[in-house]
Amino acid sequence: MADTTVEAPAAEVSFIDEVCSIPGGEAIRSCIQCGMCTGSCPTASKWDYPPRQAIAMVGAGLRDELLSSNSMWFCASCYTCTVRCPRDIKPTDIMHALEVIAIRDGLSTKRSRTPMMYKCFVDSAKGNGRVYELGMMLKFFLRTNPFAALKMAPVGLGLLLHRRLPLRPSRIKGRGELKAILDKARALGGAQ
Amino acid sequence: MKYYSYFPGCAVEATASALGLSVPHVAKELDMDLIELDDWNCCGSSPYGSVDKLEAACMAARNLALAEKRGFDLVTPCSSCYITLNRANAHLKEYPALRDQVDQALAAGNLDYHGGVRVRHIAEVLYNDITPEVIGAKVTKSLNGLKVAPYYGCQLVRPGFGFDDPESPHSLDELVASLGADAVSWPLKTRCCGGSLIMSEEDLALELSNKLLHNVQENGAQCIVTDCPLCQINLDAYQSRVNSKFKTKYHLPVLFLSQLIGVALGIKPDALGLQRNIVSPMRVLAPYL
Repeated sequence: MADTTVEAPAAEVSFIDEVCSIPGGEAIRSCIQCGMCTGSCPTASKWDYPPRQAIAMVGAGLRDELLSSNSMWFCASCYTCTVRCPRDIKPTDIMHALEVIAIRDGLSTKRSRTPMMYKCFVDSAKGNGRVYELGMMLKFFLRTNPFAALKMAPVGLGLLLHRRLPLRPSRIKGRGELKAILDKARALGGAQ
Repeated sequence: MKYYSYFPGCAVEATASALGLSVPHVAKELDMDLIELDDWNCCGSSPYGSVDKLEAACMAARNLALAEKRGFDLVTPCSSCYITLNRANAHLKEYPALRDQVDQALAAGNLDYHGGVRVRHIAEVLYNDITPEVIGAKVTKSLNGLKVAPYYGCQLVRPGFGFDDPESPHSLDELVASLGADAVSWPLKTRCCGGSLIMSEEDLALELSNKLLHNVQENGAQCIVTDCPLCQINLDAYQSRVNSKFKTKYHLPVLFLSQLIGVALGIKPDALGLQRNIVSPMRVLAPYL
């Protein structure tokens, strides 16, 4: 027998491994499809694929279908599924993991405005070190539906008049230091 | 005097400014010294963790590193900051690879974190450290006869960092009762208000808020008390949107717990930011002011 070592072909990482590799996502393999998550979810009726089905799709490798759906973007992070899951699989964290992968791979759906809202939130937090709520709201409405901003005007005005919407952002002193930290994080692997 | 590091959170500087006003006043009356964390940044909240997990962990870790230098427990009045900072703490312990990356990133900002900070919510501190008994003993204006619906929402009790029961919590009820008020029992007290989806999926969030307001009203409460900036803005600032969408006529003030405690401790309305509530609480609070 010739003494040759055959290199295994670079195995493509399966969808379920990808989700498992994100902190909080690893327990997904122990799902028993009981449906407790969907039954507990206050927004499940709006999901293209409700939580139980979304989790099954991860196992089935239906990557693009799930990542381009509106499903995880309807998760309001209420954690009811997480505290009720009999297998401790943390569906909320799994939905967050799916959101990260969908944004990273440019698959996040245009049918939900939540991905854009999250991006505006992150831009604001990064730039100032703190979230500037008025700026974030304006940016979000301009990027999605400026007419919705008109509908929102009375709520915004109410907040403004009740001194709950400062016109200037609050900025931290250590913005340079924070930028160095986040730049290093990106260099180390970024979105994951 | 009890000493804590204080992490206000971004909302407290804006949409939850009444929380930012009332917490320090109430803390002073209760012999708590809340020392604001110098130059704190965004906690790395849920939306951040849905875009980039490592960066979000670094945002949280910078705060934890700053707090560790001082050495006190880190107390926040925001339910979202509470779970975000707690989760970062837990993940840094559980995932060495993440920990290693966060350590390297922090080093780029001349910081280090050794996992030594305990993150707590102000409601948990009031309940466990100060206790309802002591608060009750300091009440100067008993809220006798006021029917209050304690609203826990989600992130104060779920996924659960050791405080109260995630499905059937009781701490806010006890704190409300310690002020002399009636803590109204209502089934949806831990149900979601829609959270940040109020911006991107308004119809859905209004639907959830409508269920809550309806449930509060049918159980006879005069006002709602919450400990979460998002719950407060959804139920208060968007109450008129619920009314126009569902043809309802709710007029339910939504107070922060610290505002209600402040009233019972005899703190002036201005100092509690009571004028900053969109649905004015002045009428239901009039007998106690």
